[in-house]
Order: sequence, then structure tokens, then C-alpha cells
Amino acid sequence: MTLKEIADILEATVISEPNGLDVSIQSACSADMMSAVLYYHTPQSMLITGLTQPHVIRTAEIAGIRSIVFVLDKKPDEITIELARQKKIPLLCTRFCMYTASGKLYEAGLPGCLNK
Amino acid sequence: MKLGDIIEPLSLDVRTGSSSLGRAVTGVYVSDLLSDVMANSGEGNVWITLQTHLNIVAVAGLKNLTGIIVVSGRNVPADVLQKAEAEKVTVMTTQLSAFETAGKLYQMLYA
Amino acid sequence: MALNINEIIEDSFQLIGGNFATAGEASTQLKMKLTELGVDETIIRRAAIATFEAEMNVIIYAAAARLHYVITPRNITIRIEDMGPGIEDIQLAMQEGYSTAPDWVREMGWGAGMGLPNMKKNSDEFRIDSVVGEGTTVEMVINFP
Repeated sequence: MTLKEIADILEATVISEPNGLDVSIQSACSADMMSAVLYYHTPQSMLITGLTQPHVIRTAEIAGIRSIVFVLDKKPDEITIELARQKKIPLLCTRFCMYTASGKLYEAGLPGCLNK
Repeated sequence: MKLGDIIEPLSLDVRTGSSSLGRAVTGVYVSDLLSDVMANSGEGNVWITLQTHLNIVAVAGLKNLTGIIVVSGRNVPADVLQKAEAEKVTVMTTQLSAFETAGKLYQMLYA
Repeated sequence: MALNINEIIEDSFQLIGGNFATAGEASTQLKMKLTELGVDETIIRRAAIATFEAEMNVIIYAAAARLHYVITPRNITIRIEDMGPGIEDIQLAMQEGYSTAPDWVREMGWGAGMGLPNMKKNSDEFRIDSVVGEGTTVEMVINFP
């Protein structure tokens, strides 16, 4: 699924898209616990989270996360956006909660991350 | 939909509070942050989380949630299960991730 | 696999406790170094994840720490010596789900009790040594295939 399709399904605002919206996303991980993002196999994934601080971007980079969507209309500050730009991680923002965002993407056929 | 109706389709393990399986599920909330669940979950919701801290029981009690689903095969410590049993909070576990658990519930509730 | 490692490569970092803003600097540097050397992607991810969890532990629990890595043609060794409270019961601390992190840390998405298990999971060799009141030393070795 492309980032463009995901943005449409989640009626999301694109905060930054350093590589355009053609990025391919193969699975999703819904979490606020950053260690879980690091623990389960998440490369090529999208992270769905309610946290917007810079350490979330760092975690995503280390875990090989392709893109992040913030739920409940949460907007990161400029420092976080700039860090994500440097790391080339596109950021989206949706008004849906984590449950609805996960539900809509799962229904559209996006699989969960591998437990490994 | 009743709490008991989601056990089999999601292959949940009911760890505590099995007497409450007749309660209605009013909705679902997914979060690992206790303050977020305190602020945004609704009465009768099922809470999907990776969080296994002792305070999840208190949060579920205060918000009168229908149950907690601990995902990704996380181990729920014995003291958490004891407290949940004592306070009649239903704790369920699954090997599925939060994303998949939410996805399957979403399909069931909106089908 | 042809690695561009002919000599020992090493580097050190000072980590400051409580400083969430710079969390991940050392792991990012190590990741860049390993990428530059042409190391296998899975190995890079394991090293980066283990190092990042170690950095987060310092930020959450310790006053400061020194992180040192050594890359040889055979493996990567990452050693973190912190000036922190120390760990009373290492066996308990290694248990998945056990955490002594304060509430504010949990509200930032950390303190799930997965850090040490995650570091061990991603290492081929994992050693931890701690003195209460002095600090904790963790050494992780990741072998090249």
C-alpha cells in the first residue's frame, strides 16, 4: 500500500513528505511503547502512535520504520518535524483515534508487523 | 456485542474476571499511555494495550472499562493478575499485535 | 561478505542522564559507521536497537555514562558504563515486563520492561554487572555472519 493510499483512507494531513507519497508501506504497528516498536520486526512499516516527541522519530529510524502517523490530531513541534525531515521519515496526522486508524487500514488490507 | 462474543474470534485467553463476560462492549480504545486512556476512553470500552503496569487495573476500574486486552503475547505479571481478579477487572491476552487486534474488532463491530 | 574492516575501529560517547533530546545520537553514529563499512543490514539493525535501548536506559535511570564501541573484522562490541543507582536484582530486571521506571517515563512511551531483554535478544553475547549505589556496566557483542 502506498503512503498516498494510507493518507486517503485516514483522511490525513501530510505534515512532511521528504520522498513524496509513493513510498510503499508493507505493514503497520500501533503503539505508544517505543520498546515494542524496537522489539517486533517493523522494517518497511508504518507506525501509528499518539506520541509526537523527537525520540519517537529516533526510535522509528533505528527500527527501520518508513513513516509515522499521529492519531487524534496530535501535531509534533518544529524540532520533531525537522528531525523527521533529516531522517527522511514522512509524517502524517489523522483525526481518528488509534483504534479507528488501525481498523480502517486493516480493513483495507494492510497487515500487522511480524512478531519476531 | 458482549465481551464474551469477542473471545473466540480473537482467540483471547481470559486471565481474570471471567464473570464479566456478559457485559456489553460499547467501543474500543487502543493506547499504551495511562493518562491518554484516563482522558479519552469511554465507559464500557475494551482497552487494547501493550501496557502491563499494575496501574492498568486501577485505570480500567476508574473508567469502568469492560476489559483489557494485553497484546503481542506480553507476559502479565502475577501481581497485576491478582489485583485484576480481586477488583473483577477482565484481563485477556493475545499473541496478536495491537494493530491486528484492533483491525479484527473493527471488522466485527462494523460488519 | 566483503567487509571494509582491516583494522579495529572504535569510538566513545558521553551520555547524559535525563537528556531525552539527544537520545539516539550514539546509536545513529554507530549505525552510520556500520553502513559505511558495508555491514549486513540485519546486523546493523540489531546493533542499533541494542545501543539505542542502552542509551535510553542511561537517559531514564543514570546521571551519566560512557558508551564505547569497537568494531573488528569479526564482531562489534558495545560497552556502556553508567553512573547510576545500580540494579539490586539483575535477574528480576532482566524479566520481560519488569520495570522501575517512574510514571512520567511511561507516559513518554518508555519503561515497558523490555529494554534489557531487547538488548539481550539482539546480542550474541550479553553481560551485565551492577553495584548498587555506583552504577551498571553492560557489554554486548554482535558477531558478523
